[in-house]
Amino acid sequence: MAPELGQMSIMLALALAVVQSIAPLVGAMRRDLVLMRLGDSLAVGQLSFVAFAFGALCYAFLISDFSVRVVAENSHTLQPALYKFAGTWGNHEGSMLLWAMILALFGAAVALFGKDLPTTLKARVLSVQGMIGAAFLAFIAFTSNPFDRLAPAPSEGAELNPLLQDPGLAFHPPFLYLGYVGFSMAFSFSVAALIEGRVDSAWARWVRPWALAAWCFLTIGIAMGSIWAYYELGWGGWWYWDPVENASFMPWLVGTALLHCALVVERRQTLVNWTILLGILTFSLSLIGTFLVRSGVLTSVHAFALDPARGVFILAILLGASMGALALYAWRAPALAAGPTFAPVSREGALVLNNIVLMAAAGTVFLGTFYPLLIDVIGDDKISVGPPYFQSTFAPLMLPLLLVMSVGPMLKWRKDQLPAAARKLRTPIILAGGALILASVALKSVLSAVGLALAVWLVAGALAILAQRIRAGAVAFGESARLALSLPGATLGIILGHASMGVCVAGIVAMSAWAKEDVQMLGPGEKLEISGYVFTLEDVSLAAGPNYEAERATFRVMRGGRPAAELVSERRYYPARGVETTEAGIRSNPFVNLYVALGEARDGRHVVRAYVHPLAAFIWIGALGMAAGGAISLTDRRFRLGARIRLDPAPSPARAA
Amino acid sequence: MKRRAFAICVASACAFGPALAVNPDEKLADPTLEARALALSREIRCVVCQNQSIDDSNAPLAADMRVIVRERIAAGDGDAEVKNFLVSRYGNFVLLRPPMRADTWFLWFGPALFLIAGAAGFAAYLRRPAIPASQAVPELSADERRRLEELERRGGA
Amino acid sequence: MRFSAAIPFALMALIGAGLALGLTRDPRQLPSMLIDRPLPAFDLPAIANGGGFSSADVAGKVALINVFASWCSACRVEHPTLMRLAAAKRAPIYGVDWKDKAEDGAAWLRRYGDPYVATGLDFESRLAIELGVTGAPETYIVDKSGRIRYKQIGPITDEVWAETIEPLVASLEQETGS
Repeated sequence: MAPELGQMSIMLALALAVVQSIAPLVGAMRRDLVLMRLGDSLAVGQLSFVAFAFGALCYAFLISDFSVRVVAENSHTLQPALYKFAGTWGNHEGSMLLWAMILALFGAAVALFGKDLPTTLKARVLSVQGMIGAAFLAFIAFTSNPFDRLAPAPSEGAELNPLLQDPGLAFHPPFLYLGYVGFSMAFSFSVAALIEGRVDSAWARWVRPWALAAWCFLTIGIAMGSIWAYYELGWGGWWYWDPVENASFMPWLVGTALLHCALVVERRQTLVNWTILLGILTFSLSLIGTFLVRSGVLTSVHAFALDPARGVFILAILLGASMGALALYAWRAPALAAGPTFAPVSREGALVLNNIVLMAAAGTVFLGTFYPLLIDVIGDDKISVGPPYFQSTFAPLMLPLLLVMSVGPMLKWRKDQLPAAARKLRTPIILAGGALILASVALKSVLSAVGLALAVWLVAGALAILAQRIRAGAVAFGESARLALSLPGATLGIILGHASMGVCVAGIVAMSAWAKEDVQMLGPGEKLEISGYVFTLEDVSLAAGPNYEAERATFRVMRGGRPAAELVSERRYYPARGVETTEAGIRSNPFVNLYVALGEARDGRHVVRAYVHPLAAFIWIGALGMAAGGAISLTDRRFRLGARIRLDPAPSPARAA
Repeated sequence: MKRRAFAICVASACAFGPALAVNPDEKLADPTLEARALALSREIRCVVCQNQSIDDSNAPLAADMRVIVRERIAAGDGDAEVKNFLVSRYGNFVLLRPPMRADTWFLWFGPALFLIAGAAGFAAYLRRPAIPASQAVPELSADERRRLEELERRGGA
Repeated sequence: MRFSAAIPFALMALIGAGLALGLTRDPRQLPSMLIDRPLPAFDLPAIANGGGFSSADVAGKVALINVFASWCSACRVEHPTLMRLAAAKRAPIYGVDWKDKAEDGAAWLRRYGDPYVATGLDFESRLAIELGVTGAPETYIVDKSGRIRYKQIGPITDEVWAETIEPLVASLEQETGS
């Protein structure tokens, strides 16, 4: 019964979404308050029904209702409860439902928390959210019904793909989707602003926190995906430039540009058109990512189960949304008021430079991801674009970005002089220069030296912002401490975010310069040595999990005669699917990761792959630090300011300060 | 969901059961040759698992390709000769670093073009005529300004 | 200004057209590099007593070289078609047992029937890599002058045989080997 109720809920949510996409828009056009306010209840109603459907699917997974096709194909009674639950979105249909639910969640959030938005703007935003929601709910209902029944129901399910049976599945996709879908808010606000024909600083104050929240979620989602790949795949890699990874990275890059640009609109009321364009593009790239994963256009063997109708449907959604919005942009944007001018050397100028490089970087990832498709379509050849391409194009692009990252925050708005900024950055310049010279001598690799110097530059640059804001050295220590405690969240966010980027860069450089690996056949008691760490295979035993059997190897790692770590690596066999997986044994501390993966057995010995990864954790600490910087920035009370400034002509009398 | 794609690659396309990449018995005795072989393997795509280098791949065919790469290196082939050997059998598809030719020109120079286009756009933007005050963004009303000041006072304290 | 505001729209339209065209392509279909090139020289060991074959055995006639393995489930799908073709004696089919244990390959043929005039083992992918094999089953058609003329990726079905391979074999047999 529950699956039928779930299916009905989807249809009802679809119906509400269709009304939501029309009523408030018509209301805003006719200045009809009732129609406009209808959007609120429709958005909440849509969320309720999608959430109910999602709950029904979770329930089907938890009770192992194998009469539901996706449950039968992706679950098993012996699976631990966490994976039964997370398995809800470990398949195409369920993950689409999660996507639709998060979309509805954002729509409802505007309805509930946007009390102080201008009424017409809010109505139009809700309409656009409704259109996106209707498109995806229709996609689910007509091509990807999660509640398809099987008759007769099998007595046992086929089990969730064992590689997905990991706590990572519980967190990585939801965060990723919160990010992807969160950018729908920037999209809806941009389209609504184009319809309104008016953009002001209140608009920017609304868009920025939503974009920032989405960006934080996406950052966390990408970081968790990278961590998951690192430990689950057993190859010690953390980023593969796989098309599906790129699909999440492109919206991140453009979303980063959007955040910085929204800052300019908020403070200076300029670059409005560009910000609107970025809002549209960021979400369009999210949709392109969805298309990429689910259409099979690039990686058909690897991605979700294929159905040509799905590819066509998502392409239609993608083109409908992005081309509709961009047509509106072409028509309305020239009429939007352009803001005040600024000099090239200014805070605005630095932010524009940031945007140019980020867009070029996103363009590069786009080229690398889709060029094989282009060659396939225009010629009869097939090419591959892999990590070597990105290493030689993307990395150099980051150089100007990272350089300007520490300069920008030191520049004044409107107009500034570089020498003045250089004086404020004296300490970071000295530190980064020193690091460059030291590292070039010590490392004999110019590239790594430049990378490390940039990391120092970013961290020192971020600390210089702090020093400037608390007037360190210029006033008494107590006064500085008082200033530090009262720093606004946005400032703390910049400092933490930029410093974390430096930490991340340090980790990336260290991983590419100093990571060491070795592969050996080891029997019990035998050892291998990497960079002074001696890995000894202690013993291999058999172990049984709830739905797998495993060979479990224990390793002892010694360094300089002292124990450094005990590592356990498993090779698991999941009989239901006949699949084997490797669980790497990892000991992680901020300075070095010790990593060992057990391979196949031959004549009583095992293939053992071991790695020493210096500073690897910096990559993810840096990424999560950036997300934390964004989150702190969100707490800034100035973000709530936009909510309090009413722009519609009829102020509500009920509001008290 | 992006990990998923990988996960399924490993599970389906390479469903022969895992064999860790570069088995110890494949390695060349000469460390400089082995280092060359390793670097080269990272530039060659596993044609079975469509998104990994043969060095990263568990697929048996990738293992056989690693062996052939090492054999040819040991026999004195240069890197380009080894790549040509594979390209003449699998096409440019097998190279993770696409060759530079007329139809990949945009791929290789695109990033630089994007930067130049961005810079040119910015230059054009900076040279735009000044905006008459009447068209500028509407100023805040007196009421809005008062609220803004009040909030900023409270926010700064 | 108006013109530049339409650029993003135009670019997205181009991208959309590209993606739509891309949907019609199969990323798994690799063009074969070996069409019209001579069959590489090889000498494959037997998987059971009496078998094995070399490039010399294939020379001078129109023949099919079929790559299969006991671990390959799509080969099971293709197998009945191959058995019918072998019974019809339309063209000789040579089997390449790829990345397989000789005894597994031999047992597989005993169990399901042996459509091949000869079968050789290619455990280390020597021939497979020479031919540009990316999976099993794959079938190569060789003409009388020993050149590869066609590559079938995936199973030969009755349909593929009737529509593509049979007409090709017929026309190749009309050619005079040089």
